[in-house]
Amino acid sequence: MLGILPVIRKEFIHIWRDPRTLAIIILMPILQLFIFGYAIDMDVRDIKIGIMDQSRTPASRELIQKFTGSGYFEETVAIQKRAEIEDLFRSRKIKAALIIPVDYAKSIKREGVTSVQVLIDGSDSNTGSIVLNTTRQLLAGASFEISNINRLPMQITSTIWYNPEQESNHFVVPGLVAVLLMMICALLTSITITREKETGTMEQLLVAPLKPYQIIVGKVLPYVVLASVAATIILLIGRFWFKVPFTGSVLLLATLSIIYLVTALAFGILISTIARTQQTAMMMALMATMLPSVILSGFVFPVASMPLFLQGIAKIIPATHFLFIIRGILLKGNDISVLFPYVIYLAALSLLLLVISVKRFKVRLD
Amino acid sequence: MIAIKAENLTRRFGKFTAVDQISLEVERGEVFGFLGANGAGKTTAIRMFCGLIKPSAGDAWVGGISIRKSPRSIKKRIGYMSQKFSLYEELRVSENLDFFAGAYNLSVSEAEKRKDEIVRQFQLEDFTDRTTKSLPLGWKQRLALGCAMLHRPEILFLDEPTGGVDPVTRRNFWEMIHNLAAEGTTVFVTTHYMDEAEYCHRISIMNHGEIAAMGQPAELKKQYDKETIQEVFVHLIKSDLC
Amino acid sequence: MNAMDTPVILVEDLVKSYDQVSAVKSLDLEVVSGAMYGLIGPDGAGKTTLLRVLCGLLTPDSGEVQVLGFNPITELARIKDAIGYMPQRFSLYPDLSVAENMRFFADIYRIPKQERIERTERLMQFSRLEPFKDRMAHALSGGMKQKLALSCTLMHTPKLLILDEPTTGVDPVSRVEFWNILRELKDQGVTILVTTPYMDEASLCDRAALMYDGKILAEGTPDQITERYPNKLIRVITEEAHSAAEALKPNEAFESVELYGDRVHVAVRETARGIDLIKELLGRNNVTYDSVAKCEPHLEDIFVHLVKQEE
Repeated sequence: MLGILPVIRKEFIHIWRDPRTLAIIILMPILQLFIFGYAIDMDVRDIKIGIMDQSRTPASRELIQKFTGSGYFEETVAIQKRAEIEDLFRSRKIKAALIIPVDYAKSIKREGVTSVQVLIDGSDSNTGSIVLNTTRQLLAGASFEISNINRLPMQITSTIWYNPEQESNHFVVPGLVAVLLMMICALLTSITITREKETGTMEQLLVAPLKPYQIIVGKVLPYVVLASVAATIILLIGRFWFKVPFTGSVLLLATLSIIYLVTALAFGILISTIARTQQTAMMMALMATMLPSVILSGFVFPVASMPLFLQGIAKIIPATHFLFIIRGILLKGNDISVLFPYVIYLAALSLLLLVISVKRFKVRLD
Repeated sequence: MIAIKAENLTRRFGKFTAVDQISLEVERGEVFGFLGANGAGKTTAIRMFCGLIKPSAGDAWVGGISIRKSPRSIKKRIGYMSQKFSLYEELRVSENLDFFAGAYNLSVSEAEKRKDEIVRQFQLEDFTDRTTKSLPLGWKQRLALGCAMLHRPEILFLDEPTGGVDPVTRRNFWEMIHNLAAEGTTVFVTTHYMDEAEYCHRISIMNHGEIAAMGQPAELKKQYDKETIQEVFVHLIKSDLC
Repeated sequence: MNAMDTPVILVEDLVKSYDQVSAVKSLDLEVVSGAMYGLIGPDGAGKTTLLRVLCGLLTPDSGEVQVLGFNPITELARIKDAIGYMPQRFSLYPDLSVAENMRFFADIYRIPKQERIERTERLMQFSRLEPFKDRMAHALSGGMKQKLALSCTLMHTPKLLILDEPTTGVDPVSRVEFWNILRELKDQGVTILVTTPYMDEASLCDRAALMYDGKILAEGTPDQITERYPNKLIRVITEEAHSAAEALKPNEAFESVELYGDRVHVAVRETARGIDLIKELLGRNNVTYDSVAKCEPHLEDIFVHLVKQEE
């Protein structure tokens, strides 16, 4: 075991001597956190809407009030002619348009039935579908009132649990931790091991009385520390800046994170036994770990809405399982009994990958 | 006619003076050996002559052009070949020649003509369709020299062109160098093989950024009363290592 | 039995090829304890492949290999502590300082602290790297890098030192100094196997082998190798070496005419007749000369001769 110490020591020196890489490791996830937290906000608020009120009656003004008072929409333009609408969409001045017909109030009084037209910019499909849903709800509410049914036979109330305000931050922070741990452990370890191959120093290490596991473990441990520090920073910012709730046990989260770390490391080590150069290692790590962790794990897109084939892949990816664990602990306060299947899967996968890597690790150059 | 002239050429990097007021003159058609210890400033000096870095003080003229005033226009007049033979290993021999002909902006007809000449001059006929990486080291070296000569440079800079090459190939290489010089090309060469220094018309020995000695190999041996240039070198540079 | 006679390295009929190129073709080698043995040859001769086989880094296709009495492929663990290997490429950590690199190598060979401090101090003096101990390895000059690499290899006081082209790209002064260090090590009883592309370095070895194209062309003490030269050698010293070589070349009476710097080496079958002929030819071509005399062949003459014979 003692053979590991000098390797760890040396690896730490490499890390300190390269402050730029260190800064990227620490700063990049923080930057990502703020980008995901603010810019890619998936909640819809203050959608710009143009309103063409041809009716100009108290009834129509009441409907308009429903839209603008809901908080979802903000009236930006009062449209005079239909011809203006397309220009407004093109110039991105509005995302939706509400057209109230001339006979709006009259039709309600006379027939109890009326129609309004809502135009939605579908080019941003995410916002589009949210706008569509919101509009439907508002109109449904309005029509109940107009049709003079004072009491519905059944009151439908929907309540969202665990993330009542639908804050995307609460999803982003745990997701980011999952991606970050995968990135530091898989990407950086595969690069640091291939670098020794590429520069020829591995030749000297193989001749020295070091066992392969000592070389690998010694090189990998410093990155575990680094990954843990970075993950802690993310979680602290999540907790205190973005107010992500910490419902479950922090200790349990820490323990299970280590199992996920080992899985990520095993990936990195496996890649380093295949790649000959740092460049190849980097491309392989990005393709095999980073991309699926970001796209397929449920971090950005929900797994349930993926095609079956991709769902299948998502189920293999370690990050998917870790997301269940971390979101479960942070948001739902899950304990180990619920998370057990995910933990078992991660542990089994790590073991398999490590066995393959150790078998593949060459103690010779040919 | 003077091909290369340096006057108090100096280059500092921060506090460190890599090249310290060197002055030299190289005649057209001369083979000039530029010797020195590792880290004595040879590479810095060559990079200045090639217009790649600016001198801190002094000036040099390569083919009559000041490296201080117009470093870009020097590039057309010189050829450069380094120890690492900057060839594209995946390309065929002919493709490497095509590439360098393009890089030096030769017209299509001129490029064809020069390629044929180079292939004949360096006896590459049997290799034109082979990939460069499959060539033995000695042939790569010929190809690298060929590429550097495509645009008929007046002055050729060779930075350790013979490292690791076997003695027979080295001998042939020097024969080519002398043929080029006989045709009027000026050759400015660095080497760690002291026997190669003897092939040069004149040599200079650099130490700590300064020129410690300069002259014909025979003169220098006489001046320092030594049998070989190796001994002259060791005598001049001795103990104050690194 | 005398310890000097024990073979430290024994290679019989070694064959190794990779990437469809046969790097080593049926090679025999014996290095006795305490020897300074040189493998001399150009790039691509198979020197590095041979050394890597000896260090257990490559598996031979066929043939017997013994290092310190063990098979380096199956019993490598038993000899690792006794071997110091310095690969051809500078294989230290460029972002570690001189002292840190040495410390790392001491640690991976499990040298106790007290011993490490003493040995580091001794090696620093020995290699004269003391003033540079805090300098990053990438900022060292070529000669210093090689001395640092050697110092790291010596940290665990190996019995057998295997050095792959330690002086390539190193200036003549540093080369002389490097060989002086090797000589000191040899005097301390270390067996040294060293490769080099510089023919003149063969004369610094007890025994040497000339390698070319995966084979050993000649082997023995430097004197024994030179004795294998079948011709007589005449040296022409002249200011016009180039024209002298031109004037002598077309003649069939000479085995070979080679230019060596400011002199021309002419191989002839008979000394006296050769000298007469050379003088006559030089006179006829108006080439002046300082001297035309018999000389002892250098290793380079023999190498060139053997390679030409091979081809």
